[in-house]
Amino acid sequence: MDSFFLYSAVLLTAIIAVPAYRVVKGPTVFDRLVGTNAIATKTIVLICLIGYVFGRIDMFIDITLAYAILGFVGSLTIAKYFSSESINVRFDD
Amino acid sequence: MIDITSILTIVFVSAGIFFLLIGSVGIIRLPDFYSRTHATSKSDTLGMMLVIIGLIIFEGMTINSGKLFLILLFILLANPIGAHALARAALHAGLKPLFPDNTKDKEED
Repeated sequence: MDSFFLYSAVLLTAIIAVPAYRVVKGPTVFDRLVGTNAIATKTIVLICLIGYVFGRIDMFIDITLAYAILGFVGSLTIAKYFSSESINVRFDD
Repeated sequence: MIDITSILTIVFVSAGIFFLLIGSVGIIRLPDFYSRTHATSKSDTLGMMLVIIGLIIFEGMTINSGKLFLILLFILLANPIGAHALARAALHAGLKPLFPDNTKDKEED
């Protein structure tokens, strides 16, 4: 069962590396934000699986809770900043 | 020996990782910002919920499974709210959705 969690964590690391392409090459700033948000939400699951690989889930579960709340607050703050009236976002076509 | 708890855990975690893979493929293959938001919000939420349900089944009735259930509830609330806030900010900033009228003179990326 430990080897199953280890293989799942390795596969999930490869999956997390995929949206970094959209972060680097996104046409607008919102595409980069969506890529960053996808990486942050998949990292929550990765930290849970790493806790089961190391056998220290009672420590890693608190890190997961703090990381989830911080990522959500950061995403909402950036969205609120870009939807304000005084910010002019340029879309380079 | 493999009991029913291990089989259920393997099934749920594998299904969740499959849906996370679908979300990652959709975020680089779809042509528009709003369709990318559609891919990443729904597929990622379902995949993460399936993985965490599998971990709860593996853990049993302890304090850690209670914390995992809190994470599941938080993800179920927070991930669609974040995607909705980003899409609303993009619409207010003036990003046009991908309709045929908007893309007459430029090619798709």
